[in-house]
Amino acid sequence: MNVGRFIQYIASGTAYTVSVSLIALPLGLFLGLIFSLLYVYGGKILTRIMSIYSTVMRGIPPIVLLFILYFMVSGSINLSAFWAGSISLGIISSAYQMEIIRGALLSVSGGQMMAARAVGMSRMGAIKHIIIPQAFRMAICPWSNEAAIVIKDSSLVYALGVPEILRRAQLISASTQQPFLAFIIAGVIYFVLVFVTNRLLDGLDKRLRIPANP
Amino acid sequence: MGSVFVILQRFLPEFLKGTLVTLELTAVGILLGFAIGLMLALSRAYGPKWLRLIAIGFIELFRGTPLLVQLFLIYYGLPSMGVTLSQSVSAYLALGLNSAAYQAEYIRGAIQSIGESQMTAGRAIGLSRWQTIRFIIMPQALRLVIPAWSNEPISLLKTSAVVFLIAVQDLMARGKRAASITYNPIGSYLAIAVIYLVMVFAMSALLKWLERKTKIPGFEMETEKA
Amino acid sequence: MPNPILVVKDLTKKYGDHIVFHDINMTINEGDTVVIIGPSGTGKSTLLRCINLLTKANSGQIWLDGEEITAPGHDEDEVRQHIGMVFQNFLLFNHLTALDNVKIGLSKVKKLKDDQAEAKAMQELERVGLADRAHHYPGQLSGGQQQRVAIARALAMDPRIMLFDEPTSALDPELIGEVLEVMGKLSKDGMTMLVVTHEMGFAREVSDRIIFLEKGSIVEDGPPEVLFYTPKFERTREFLWKITELYGKKESDS
Repeated sequence: MNVGRFIQYIASGTAYTVSVSLIALPLGLFLGLIFSLLYVYGGKILTRIMSIYSTVMRGIPPIVLLFILYFMVSGSINLSAFWAGSISLGIISSAYQMEIIRGALLSVSGGQMMAARAVGMSRMGAIKHIIIPQAFRMAICPWSNEAAIVIKDSSLVYALGVPEILRRAQLISASTQQPFLAFIIAGVIYFVLVFVTNRLLDGLDKRLRIPANP
Repeated sequence: MGSVFVILQRFLPEFLKGTLVTLELTAVGILLGFAIGLMLALSRAYGPKWLRLIAIGFIELFRGTPLLVQLFLIYYGLPSMGVTLSQSVSAYLALGLNSAAYQAEYIRGAIQSIGESQMTAGRAIGLSRWQTIRFIIMPQALRLVIPAWSNEPISLLKTSAVVFLIAVQDLMARGKRAASITYNPIGSYLAIAVIYLVMVFAMSALLKWLERKTKIPGFEMETEKA
Repeated sequence: MPNPILVVKDLTKKYGDHIVFHDINMTINEGDTVVIIGPSGTGKSTLLRCINLLTKANSGQIWLDGEEITAPGHDEDEVRQHIGMVFQNFLLFNHLTALDNVKIGLSKVKKLKDDQAEAKAMQELERVGLADRAHHYPGQLSGGQQQRVAIARALAMDPRIMLFDEPTSALDPELIGEVLEVMGKLSKDGMTMLVVTHEMGFAREVSDRIIFLEKGSIVEDGPPEVLFYTPKFERTREFLWKITELYGKKESDS
């Protein structure tokens, strides 16, 4: 088999890898945003619950959680490994994203809330118009990190049989006895995906930066 | 969830064996990662340009690709290049190299936050560059880095679970075995999840203790002061 | 016929066993400029924050324009539309331009249409002399400019009374003047103002009344001529002498 076809076969897994990430990351963001707002603004009981959720979900290895969630999700609804895996990764990521957003929310100084209330804004209004816009800018850098992690962790669905990049590399290395080349190519593709994502988010960060004189 | 308890009871000896393997993997990974990471950090901070580029290349590659790919490359890929390593050694190597990339960045951050002024002060009393690094900068950097670095052993502990895919008999592998014997995957994996949680808690407590013991009042990295 | 805008009755605030202030009674009439002075840590800032309900007092009542705002169930957010507050650390919204800082209360709280809000916001910025900086961000403005924007932001809501919490304490000396100038003009234009400050020049020349707060209670409350020249209490004389020594730049000796 020529190198071209070789690369093409592995690269065709990219669609799966990207898709898994494009499901998991936004799902994690959606849940993470809700959870973090509950965590920071929800009152004693909710804060406690979210704190426990965070500790548990981040204390268990992602692969273990993936298996647990995968069997739970596919046990109750009839979903393919792809969907069950992606959703599970999203749920796992939500715990980490919750912490990132929480950190960003808390880093907006308390004075901002006070100033917002002082012009008559309600608590909700202040959170929506003053706190979140500032927290958003502070969250981009660590979130970029999390995005890279999700792309890399998407390789875990290899264990569920999803035909993404790593699984393809494994299959073709077995049939062509060229494992070294196969995994190098897989590595390069992942690297490019992570690199591009980081660059894009860096660009976003720069665009959204609030102008200030040194 | 009673089934989790039953499974824990039934497989405890085997799970404990797996736990030991996991701890071993983590320990070797951290130590190897530290040794290599330290060299990488020093190369980046103080080395000549070519060395810096090599260090950056290594760090970017290992942080920019999944551990699983690195693991498979070492275990499945190297034999075709003439280097055949056992499962355990492959796992140690992959975990160690991967961790090195992350530890290098932590250490480099600490070195940077100490800044040029300490180097200037050291040179001013006649120490050579290397002596200043060794006796003035590194002792401070290594203490400064502990809070941020504490994330790494825990991260490594969790990451180590994937090595079951090359048949290393860690805790995850035992969980998988329990699942295939009991036909209860959720219960089995929940059981080992509990054990992983216990390990993470214990390690966190240990690291917090370490942090407290090595703290110098008033001397913290910028990000820690928030 | 004096029209009381703000009436405070028997207001007390404590944190656990620590009493911040107790049994505070005061009346601010329309158009008055009242300055609160006193040693640091005597709860002056806390008092202001209790007045606009950012902090809850433990006991006592407050009336704004005849309505008891401390009554249970009273809409706090609504009250704060009628009380303007200027903070020591300016607390401008960092992610918004000067114009948007002034505008946001008008758009989101008063629900004005965008063009109306913008017009009013520009008007207030002009009032404090910063119309040309409308599109600058807080990080691009000096401390004095930031504080003036903060004043514009509070004024935009057309408050019945303006509260100032040590508005110049965080400013470099050469920037204090521009803020005091704006405040002086406001006072002359008839705004009802309650100002906590160490600026004795301002207190003596601009205020209608001075309240001396010490150890959590009001020692003396009267016009500046009385407090500065013939205070009723020795403590007042002592404090003013000390503070004038420290801060009195524009002081000519009495």
